[in-house]
Amino acid sequence: MTTLLLAAHDGSSIKDATLKALTPALALGDDIHVLVAGDGVAAAAAEAAKLKGVSRVLTAEAPALGHGLAEPLAALIVALAPAYSAVLAPATSTFKNAVPRAAALLDVMQISDITAVLAPDTFERPTYAGNALITVRSTDPIKLITVRTASFRATLVEDRPPAPIEAVAVPTDPGLSTFVGDVFSTADRPELTSARVVVSGGRALGSEEQFKALLLPLADRLGAAVGASRAAVDAGYAPNDWQVGQTGKAVSPDLYVAVGISGAIQHLAGMKDAKVIVAINKDGEAPIFQVADYGLVGDLFELVPELTKALG
Amino acid sequence: MKILVPVKRVVDYNVNIRVKADGSGVDLANVKMSMNPFDEISVEEALRLREAGIASEVVAVSIGPKEAQETVRTALAMGADRGIVLEAEGTVEPLAVAKLLKAIVAEEAPGLVILGKQAIDDDCNQTGQMLSALLGWPQGTFASKLVLGDNGIEVTREVDGGLQTVRLSLPAVVTADLRLNEPRYASLPNIMKAKKKPIDLRPAAQYGVDLTPRLMVLKTAEPPVRPAGRRLASVAELVDCLKTEAGVL
Ligand SMILES: Cc1cc2nc3c(=O)[nH]c(=O)nc-3n(C[C@H](O)[C@H](O)[C@H](O)COP(=O)(O)OP(=O)(O)OC[C@H]3O[C@@H](n4cnc5c(N)ncnc54)[C@H](O)[C@@H]3O)c2cc1C
Repeated sequence: MTTLLLAAHDGSSIKDATLKALTPALALGDDIHVLVAGDGVAAAAAEAAKLKGVSRVLTAEAPALGHGLAEPLAALIVALAPAYSAVLAPATSTFKNAVPRAAALLDVMQISDITAVLAPDTFERPTYAGNALITVRSTDPIKLITVRTASFRATLVEDRPPAPIEAVAVPTDPGLSTFVGDVFSTADRPELTSARVVVSGGRALGSEEQFKALLLPLADRLGAAVGASRAAVDAGYAPNDWQVGQTGKAVSPDLYVAVGISGAIQHLAGMKDAKVIVAINKDGEAPIFQVADYGLVGDLFELVPELTKALG
Repeated sequence: MKILVPVKRVVDYNVNIRVKADGSGVDLANVKMSMNPFDEISVEEALRLREAGIASEVVAVSIGPKEAQETVRTALAMGADRGIVLEAEGTVEPLAVAKLLKAIVAEEAPGLVILGKQAIDDDCNQTGQMLSALLGWPQGTFASKLVLGDNGIEVTREVDGGLQTVRLSLPAVVTADLRLNEPRYASLPNIMKAKKKPIDLRPAAQYGVDLTPRLMVLKTAEPPVRPAGRRLASVAELVDCLKTEAGVL
């Protein structure tokens, strides 16, 4: 009964999402191997070797794996999976893309976005934007699982003798797709999915300029990541990877501040696991107040600068 | 080039669903059903490609109960040319849907299949990737932009850090994200016209795919309810609460 944990990493280190996915991996049972796939992964692999419960780190390096393209990554997972009882990955965009492809090739029904491990074959996962939690038992010989990282605490890297690191053969790239380019928002602030505090803005911010002018100083004061509703992203006030919700990112910070967000179920799906929720909205009837621990009813254009100042 | 657009009948996104008291599932009696919103975006994209002269025909296909014909009819009213419904009762999991779609692809030979990135009922986010795998085709998931050229299709994808662009050879599978386009509303004349467009209704069983679910649903539960919060009178009070009571500052 060995689990293969697929690591999210940036080459030089293991991402927080991996530490969170390690927690359900430990709950699955006895032994864990970690796969670090990419193009230049030595430093990340060395870090993976110190993760709790990990007995072996597999590295797979090839240019085609560098950008996480689904076709070569899925081929690699398919080659390795038969030696394991479970393959588990954080539900990052890379793994949401590649793991179902591998699952189909293995004739396995993937279990997406698990929020709890109840037994090695039984899991809880959200459906209907988190409004119905289902308990499912998998009848497949290998479990392919993605993890809703917002539902788990990180298992921190230990001071322990490192597990052995071993390079595995990389299947030839099927060559179906090629990387053209990427545009990554340069972030000098915490990552949304691992931040302790998140400040999110909605349609009410009115423009990209106002979104930035109001929310960034508040986020800076709080050391917060910045999120957004779908409406704010659609309107171009915030980049797409800031979207929080059913079809955006799921976050569970200690503090979530929702500014000018109505609280549609699709938005709540991504943030209602936050420890403390603050809502600022001029409409006292807005559904966001039903999940907020603290609500301020009023004009955000007055309240947000006041709050930023009060925190100074 | 023909485009195949799979569409799923789901609970309308505006409905607040209720979990049955005995934990046996979600109460779907008398609930408004609609086309999965991501699939509307797929249909729209296919129509735009046809209108641009790149695609010649748009075929909508649904797998589900008889009523899935309504969903396909909606796609026809938006402008799709014809429809197919594979009738199957009960839950058909993404893996089985992908196998059935593979059979339809073999019959129809489309150059492109555009699906929604996820269905808003099971929230699985798997079918497109699985279909692409079974066909041995390239995949461009979570697409916010498509550009078709001579040597394939360029797909701009919404990913964790921002946007990634990949080039796929054709035929290919694409899954639509929210910002690929804004789907049109069906006009009244087009709704009337759609009534005359053909929908081919067949039993899913004729394809010999095992539809038995691999995941047994043991229980369905409501998520925990957050205890009611408080309205505060001022920013000063909020800062005080966050510092002392909540201890998060
Ligand atoms: C398939 C699908 C998937 C979706 N996925 C997501 C998702 O992942 N994430 C997501 O967020 N949404 C998602 N949505 C969209 C969701 O349904 C809502 O439309 C969206 O969340 C609304 O964004 P909003 O709250 O910013 O805007 P609105 O609903 O327009 O709310 C704006 C709020 O601002 C308040 N306001 C206005 N002016 C002021 C002011 N001066 N001061 C204070 N308050 C003010 C208003 O009272 C209102 O409550 C999805 C929808 C669909 C159909």
